[in-house]
Amino acid sequence: MRAVVDIPEATRPVRQRPDTEPIAACLLAAPAFALILLLFILPTLAVFVIATTDWQFGARSLSFVGLRNFAELLADSTFRISFANTCLYVLVVVPATTAIGLAVALLIESGQSLRAFYRAVHFLPFMATLAAMAVAWEALLHPTIGLANQTLTALGLPTANWLRDERTVLPVLGLIGIWQNLGFAMVLFLAGLKSIPSELYDASEIDGADGTFDRLRIVTLPMLGPVTMFVVIVVALRAFQTFDTVKILTQGGPAKASEMLLYTLYVESFEFLRTGYGAAVTVVFLAIVVGLTLLQARVMDKRVHYQ
Amino acid sequence: MSLRRLGPVAALARHAVLLASGALMLIPFVWMVSLSLKPPGEIFRAGFSLLPEQWYAVENYSRALTASPLPRYMLNGVLVCGAILSLQIAICAPAAYALAKLRFFGREGLFTLVLIGLLIPHEVLALPLFILAYKLGLLDTYAALIMPFAVSPFGIFLFRQFFKSIPDDIVHAARLDGLSELAIVWRVMLPMAMPAVIAFSIFSIVSHWNDLFWPLIAVRSEQLMPPPLGIMAFKNEEAGSDYGPLMACATLVVAPLVVAFLAAQRWFVEGLGGGVK
Repeated sequence: MRAVVDIPEATRPVRQRPDTEPIAACLLAAPAFALILLLFILPTLAVFVIATTDWQFGARSLSFVGLRNFAELLADSTFRISFANTCLYVLVVVPATTAIGLAVALLIESGQSLRAFYRAVHFLPFMATLAAMAVAWEALLHPTIGLANQTLTALGLPTANWLRDERTVLPVLGLIGIWQNLGFAMVLFLAGLKSIPSELYDASEIDGADGTFDRLRIVTLPMLGPVTMFVVIVVALRAFQTFDTVKILTQGGPAKASEMLLYTLYVESFEFLRTGYGAAVTVVFLAIVVGLTLLQARVMDKRVHYQ
Repeated sequence: MSLRRLGPVAALARHAVLLASGALMLIPFVWMVSLSLKPPGEIFRAGFSLLPEQWYAVENYSRALTASPLPRYMLNGVLVCGAILSLQIAICAPAAYALAKLRFFGREGLFTLVLIGLLIPHEVLALPLFILAYKLGLLDTYAALIMPFAVSPFGIFLFRQFFKSIPDDIVHAARLDGLSELAIVWRVMLPMAMPAVIAFSIFSIVSHWNDLFWPLIAVRSEQLMPPPLGIMAFKNEEAGSDYGPLMACATLVVAPLVVAFLAAQRWFVEGLGGGVK
């Protein structure tokens, strides 16, 4: 999910050839306009329509069932478990990712040396192919030959079958989520830190705040407030969209302990081919994402007003 | 500089903490590469050694490249990412120019659609686009992999923002030189908006090289799979027992982006983490 900051209308549209300009403009914009309608707007409307039917993909007939899919959703234990797991996952991953990302950004920015190196190392997991890295994580977490259990054994600590144990599977997926998104949060915080005007530090010094922690408490953290809000929402959006690790490592198991929203959406829609029901799950997912994104837009709005 | 110069002890502590957390971040990469160099015997004999006693890299990597259609997966990844990016730039840049510099009926409406498009995640579109691809007979083709991403609302938005910052006088001058509106987009606006083009290209390539969700839905044939789907298929086939070649496979899939990232770090950070100032 990307930040959306509109820039003010600094330049007025060019008016040079009033007669041909609208035609040229329409021709230039037409392909994009048609494709956005076809690939974004109409499909989204279609999801709402399909969600009110009992359509099973491949079936010849379907009928209108109103909100029955949503009633079924609320009563479905798999969906409830999936929703609860997703919320729990988000509640763990978001604060941890934000806090660690902020800490790493502050540490990197507090010195001069090796900045680019540390930034690269922490950012690497964010752009590495998650499907491939999930395979690497599985090897790390292997019950007998994995590095995790070997280390724990060497330290005399209890081991676990991390991905096959109901109690550990969701925390482990959360850990992978934090590992992957931490660098993203860090980069956003680094950008936020750069935008703090240095006069504020000078002013705080004149006012007697000259210790590192004083400056952090009085200037840095308050100035990072809006960025922090932004990071929280963007990371939450990414956490709600967790799919690759579930699909590759656990398939929602064991006993649905790692069933998550997008995986449920995938299974209902494309494995069970319960199209109407899958559309209802999609509507729930869309509601969450749109809610968070609108919140983000409001936060960005506020930010602009502050400055 | 946001914080003041650190004393020697604090500076040392900074390095200690960052080296430790950095090492933790790298463990999965290191473990992956380490296993890809070892023979089965050493992999299944518990041990911490990073480097193998007996080098098995050639065997593992050649098995990864021959036992699975990995070269084909990589080629598919390149083709699909290339096609998506070309389409996106070809379609988004003219629209962004029209939105930024021209007056026409429906401009506000189009921009509103772009903003709505920005809001909708691709997972929401998967079900109706799957049905559309089925009706059009496109399932299990390259077209199915490319079609949903032919236009990028984010691309239009980004290019529009950049184009708006280019002075109108340049557009006037280009018109006086007799350039058509389309030529202005290609020969004047895009070259001037290179930073935006590069940032968007990185964003697009990374997103689609790494995408598992849509390819999983759109294609079944092995010859069409992009790398993430291919590695999943390879893992399921081998039932996770043949770790060496599997890790070699994972390493080769991750490698292109990691190498590109290390070579052009600043651009990647801008392309993926930018957007916020």
